[in-house]
Amino acid sequence: MAHAKATPVGGPLLTRPYTWLLAFLGVWLLILVWRFTSGIGAVSGLTDGYPWGVWIAFDVVTGTALACGGYAIAILTYILNRGQYHPLVRPAILTSALGYSMAALAIIIDVGRYWGIWKIPLGGFPDMGGYNWNSALLEVALCVMAYVAVLWVELSPAFLEKWKDTSTSEAVQSFARGGLKFFDKALIWIVALGVLLPTMHQSSLGTVMLLAGHKLHPLWNTGWVPLLFLISCVGMGYAVVVWESTISSRAFKRDRHDSMLKSLAGAMVIVLALFTVIRFADVLISGKAAMLFNQGWLSLLFWIEMALFVVPIFMLRGVRNKPFSTLLNASILMMLAGGLYRFDTYIVAYNPGPNWNYFPSLPELLITFGVIALEIALYVFIVKRYPILAGKPAARSAS
Amino acid sequence: MSMDRRTLLKGLAVAAPAAAAGSAGASEAVKAPDDAVGMLYDATRCIGCRACVTACKKANNLPLEMYDPPDDLNGTTKNIIKIYHEGDTTSYMKAQCMHCLDPACVRACMVGSFKKRDFGIVTWDPNRCIGCRYCQVACPYNIPKFQWDTPVPKIVKCEMCLHLIKGGSQPGCCAACPKEAVIFGKYTDLLADARERIAKHPDRYWPKGDPIIFGDDEGGGTQVLYLAGLDFEKLGLPDLDSEPAGAIAQKVQHGVYQGLIAPVALYAVLGAVMWRNRRADRKEDE
Amino acid sequence: MGRRVDPKLGPVDGAPMDGVDRRDFVKVCMMAAAAVGLPASVGVKWAEAAEAGLKPSVIWLHFQECTGCTESLLRTSHPGLAELILDLISVDYHETLFAAAGNQIEDALHQAMEQHEGKYVCIVEGAIPTKDGGIYCQIGGRTAVDILQDVGSKAGAVIAIGSCASWGGIPSADPNPTGAVGAPTILEGTPVVTIPGCPANPYNLLGTVLQYVSMGTLPALDDKNRPLWAYGRTIHEHCPRRAHFDAGRFARMYGDEGHRLGYCLFALGCKGPETHANCSVNHFGEIPDCWPIGLGHPCFGCTEQGVAFHKPLHQEAALPEGAHPPIHPDHRKSIAAGWAGVAGLAAGAAIGAGLMASKKLGEKDTED
Repeated sequence: MAHAKATPVGGPLLTRPYTWLLAFLGVWLLILVWRFTSGIGAVSGLTDGYPWGVWIAFDVVTGTALACGGYAIAILTYILNRGQYHPLVRPAILTSALGYSMAALAIIIDVGRYWGIWKIPLGGFPDMGGYNWNSALLEVALCVMAYVAVLWVELSPAFLEKWKDTSTSEAVQSFARGGLKFFDKALIWIVALGVLLPTMHQSSLGTVMLLAGHKLHPLWNTGWVPLLFLISCVGMGYAVVVWESTISSRAFKRDRHDSMLKSLAGAMVIVLALFTVIRFADVLISGKAAMLFNQGWLSLLFWIEMALFVVPIFMLRGVRNKPFSTLLNASILMMLAGGLYRFDTYIVAYNPGPNWNYFPSLPELLITFGVIALEIALYVFIVKRYPILAGKPAARSAS
Repeated sequence: MSMDRRTLLKGLAVAAPAAAAGSAGASEAVKAPDDAVGMLYDATRCIGCRACVTACKKANNLPLEMYDPPDDLNGTTKNIIKIYHEGDTTSYMKAQCMHCLDPACVRACMVGSFKKRDFGIVTWDPNRCIGCRYCQVACPYNIPKFQWDTPVPKIVKCEMCLHLIKGGSQPGCCAACPKEAVIFGKYTDLLADARERIAKHPDRYWPKGDPIIFGDDEGGGTQVLYLAGLDFEKLGLPDLDSEPAGAIAQKVQHGVYQGLIAPVALYAVLGAVMWRNRRADRKEDE
Repeated sequence: MGRRVDPKLGPVDGAPMDGVDRRDFVKVCMMAAAAVGLPASVGVKWAEAAEAGLKPSVIWLHFQECTGCTESLLRTSHPGLAELILDLISVDYHETLFAAAGNQIEDALHQAMEQHEGKYVCIVEGAIPTKDGGIYCQIGGRTAVDILQDVGSKAGAVIAIGSCASWGGIPSADPNPTGAVGAPTILEGTPVVTIPGCPANPYNLLGTVLQYVSMGTLPALDDKNRPLWAYGRTIHEHCPRRAHFDAGRFARMYGDEGHRLGYCLFALGCKGPETHANCSVNHFGEIPDCWPIGLGHPCFGCTEQGVAFHKPLHQEAALPEGAHPPIHPDHRKSIAAGWAGVAGLAAGAAIGAGLMASKKLGEKDTED
């Protein structure tokens, strides 16, 4: 298959908007210092009743799901052999690599005794027998750590290509050439990992909440939750790819490949429909139908979730003949759908008992925004300096 | 040839729960270890003096906080007395770790910090804990508490004064109680004692006439047993069936991951598919 | 010098009044005032009133009582205090203390009532039986009910001393065969100050009466008409053994180590938490620690109706409301509504911006 080569966007890094971003990150760093010197309670609304809040529900759970673009596109491009999506792969992998790295950063911010985290990827705790293999969270942790590594390896050709083309050092050039050759040979096995690992941990992120037992509301507490998490993350991945392509192509003056993006609608509809059917079937078959109406706010949230999953199905039918904005709007709804489902599973439908409540505090939200800002800042930096985006090269002045 | 996407997704959709259902057997009830110790709290004997709260703090080197006493278990309180008061009915309630036979916190803790150790007592290992707080999410009784206000937080919960038990004495709370409302002993002895009490005084305990011991099999059974004169739910204990908290999660997780068979198989399938795709592409290019 | 002989009371033991000079007399009055928490200036007023012979009249009624409250009053043994009190107030009728009896004493009663109508202080000791027309206590042919209604209605102030007069006391214990009630029940409509206790702490009476006779006012009263200065706190709130309670140190049996070390008696059934009184700070017999808990016996709640002679001695008291946290304490953080609104607005703005962006970016399809 022939496709346009990826090239760096180029242009100055410190544009006005970028400087604002860096300024915000400066503030963010100060808040982080506060968090690490005064403890989690000082900067967040987390309590013993709600020990997991926005940092987990958004930055880790939703954030990684939104970072499933690489996963979703890899399935299409490599497993289902739809080679026309190839230009989407590298930017999606970058978004995924950054998204997962940010999730890892969020975890370091969230856990209370972070100084021991380095032991986890290095084989657990040999002094007392290592891991607890029963724990779904262990599976998530190991998988996410491995997947972060795999993503950066998958992305490495972008760096290797630039170093091969522009480095003045002979050693670096030969390293780059060697690396690219190895990657070409090992591509299949790396990509296979890159599809296997998210399948495992995205579903396990759902299984994690099953341990909450009676504290998780029955409308969300089902043995099907790992499959529902998996299906919805694939959909969110496609949605992110659509938006990421749109924004980058606009910001960096590249081709947008409208018909290719629109053709993702087929996969999106399948995913949305599967989720809807499985969710409803599970509720009805397990005898929880009455809860669809008699659980007050929670019933309402269930219907809002389902609406967010179902409406895009109708929007995406025949999207080829609809304006591109339809695809963009449907993607927004898909991201909201998966995000709301995750927020509900982790926070809203979690009830520790009477007289507990949770709402993130301002510093807590600023830390979350900062993680997002850092991701954007790194994305812009890498895209400008390394060959990620395909299509016509950038004009002299980027945005 | 490339696999039809519909087929692939269909396959995945069926495989996962089928695998889960297939390899999940009925979970066996976990038995107490032979040397299991426990506590028996009889709410009808408790007079609410709170000697146990102070004794626990002393035994565990926790700040006494006598003038602004705690209103719940927290990062510096491992044992608390609460009151249920409705009209003419009053009962006190002692809250602390239940030392479950099949603890959810032990299942949750991915680094093995929470384990059932000597005498079946569930203890926390500070050398392993990373402070992820999954144990707080998992515990059906909301027992583990986190120290939110320090940059070096611990997870705090009753450990049945294992350090005192090893030295031959009892947990601080049991030693302090002037009414023997909470007593320490071998788990089997305490269970027998509790059964004797409800047999002798069926009208004193709840449900009247045919009382139950909370912890007998709730959540798979606990080493801390409760007797009360009114509904345990009024005293804040959750209404649990006999299935341990983590059993369902375990079924699902093990169903998919048992022996890592499914992941390895999936990896092989993915690799094989891509290999054939690549070969087909190369043939096309030729 | 010899013993004093009071015209009404007969011989009275104690230091003679003659030979006490004025300065000493004023000093003693001031000490007496201080002893009941009144200002020293009041003591001076007393001395002046005593010299002028202006002594307020007190009529003391006895009904179903053991006379313990009178006895306890007599054990205020501050030097000469008994005599001072008798000189500061004119006890015009007292069945125990009077030498007279029969018609003589009844005449004294009627005389006092006529002379000081509307001004005398009526002190009631003992419960009043109401069953069967009140026949279970009759004096001089009249039932206690009648006597109290007669004397009490013409008094300037009525004070019930002791638990029996305050709410029925021991005669009213189940099954209350005589229908015994306290003075306030008989004198409905008339405010009756109650000084419960079994016996009442004599200083609670002295302080109340002396405030009335010197300043014409009664101290602030609670909802049971008990002076707040004496009954405003429970024993538990000002008990010298409270530190032991808070630290969890209890005597479990009489004579055990905790008991001998003076630990808290809550586990032995002390009703201190349920009992409003000041015995813990105003000990009896003017000997420090001469009060039930100080002697090692749990308080049985002698001032409180429903506790004394009702709850078993060794049954544990109920601790006050708010002493224990509820089963589900309120851990909710106040989520500033404004702040939540801001967050919601921000989320809405983000979604709105997304929709606007998609409109702008997606108006036209670009060419591939």
